[in-house]
Amino acid sequence: MIKFEVKKLSAWYRDIKVLDGISMPILEQQVTAIIGPSGCGKSTFIRCLNRMHELSEGARLEGHVLLESQNIYAPKVDPVLLRRRVGMVFQKPNPFPHLSILDNVLSGLRLTRRPKNLEIAESALRKAALWEEVKDRLHKPGVSLSGGQQQRLCIARTLAVDPEVILMDEPCSALDPIATARIEDLIHELRKNYTIVIVTHSMQQAARVSNKTAFFLGGLLVEFSDTSQLFTSPKDTRTEDYITGKFG
Amino acid sequence: MSKLHTDREYENELNDLRSRLAMMAYEVQKMIQYAVLSLQKSDTKLAEEVILKDHEVNRHEVEMDDLCLVILARRQPLGADLRFVTIALKMVTDLERIGDLAVSIANRTLKLQKMPAIQIPGNILEMTHGVELMLQLAIESFLDADAVKAESVLEKDDRIDELYHQLFRTLLKEMARNESLIEPLVHIQSVAKWLERIGDHCTNLAELVVFMVRGENIRHMNHAKT
Repeated sequence: MIKFEVKKLSAWYRDIKVLDGISMPILEQQVTAIIGPSGCGKSTFIRCLNRMHELSEGARLEGHVLLESQNIYAPKVDPVLLRRRVGMVFQKPNPFPHLSILDNVLSGLRLTRRPKNLEIAESALRKAALWEEVKDRLHKPGVSLSGGQQQRLCIARTLAVDPEVILMDEPCSALDPIATARIEDLIHELRKNYTIVIVTHSMQQAARVSNKTAFFLGGLLVEFSDTSQLFTSPKDTRTEDYITGKFG
Repeated sequence: MSKLHTDREYENELNDLRSRLAMMAYEVQKMIQYAVLSLQKSDTKLAEEVILKDHEVNRHEVEMDDLCLVILARRQPLGADLRFVTIALKMVTDLERIGDLAVSIANRTLKLQKMPAIQIPGNILEMTHGVELMLQLAIESFLDADAVKAESVLEKDDRIDELYHQLFRTLLKEMARNESLIEPLVHIQSVAKWLERIGDHCTNLAELVVFMVRGENIRHMNHAKT
């Protein structure tokens, strides 16, 4: 089933076009990886899926992004509520430095005016595979955790608001291989209940965690196919050159 | 000009693997040629050379396996590179088995020394030229990444099978006619069978090349092996 339908999406930062007519579906309860060289528009693309792109100065876009057939850019759509349905995890773990582990998890709930609830926090921490490691120190600062734990804390914070989609922008780029493996294991678990879109510079990571992969180049969607197909027999020579690390 | 890898050391590793495989194929091709020549000329010295050469081919197999594993572990190749390294692992096995079959033929030269002399049938020589050409084309298609050339190898295997079945029937008749020649003729039949098996290994090599070039797995689709 299609969760997002992206149609002819173009995006700009002032007069610089960073996305050029992207059309692709994002399937429900699947992991979709977005790969491509720096500056290809992959981060901008996922920021268009929860209307974070428009928060940048001079940003604009054209085209359509449908979430369960509803246009997320329609005037009646509240971006804050949309971002609760479509959560995001960033490159660097960014727990609030002045908040405890517990308050970090619940911070999204407070922003969206839901009652503070320990059960929700425990459930989110369990889903983020962090509960066993932090259950005895919930009131310690979030920043006292290791980098990998902090990133899982941020995932727990995203899960606490009960999203349908999780966008991940290079979530492991600041983590060591063990912490990366934990996050990847978590992604495998989360995809049973959530739709995940992950931007990654690591093709091996895309190959390991995703069902579908999209290759972006210069703001264009060059190829979108099953991950196993794209990394063994890509159809487009530009994809082939990128994944094999070739230059002209 | 085909594009090069940004990492030149990686490019060199893949080129090294490619040339080692070509070298191994060349050695194996010589083994087939010399094994059948030793049979034709009753040349025991040449037969022993073939048997000795097999140690070298076995060593190549082990070295190439190691090289492929190192590339897989260190480079984690994708796309065409992944197909190239994985088929190289399989090609090495086919080449090593062709070498073993050449050794089996050379051993028959030694055994036939102690038996009544017989004329080597023309079908054996035609099969030998046929499989040598198949091997040559399979390796050329690999080096040139030419799937069309690889497919031409597949077509040639039918002729090898036909020659084998023809010879098998002739040898049976010959054995019925002259019981004193049964033992040497059984050895000749074995040689023909091994040449036919070499043809099958060359077919495997060609099918792997098609996969490497097109990413299309054509094994077990059109060619029922005997």
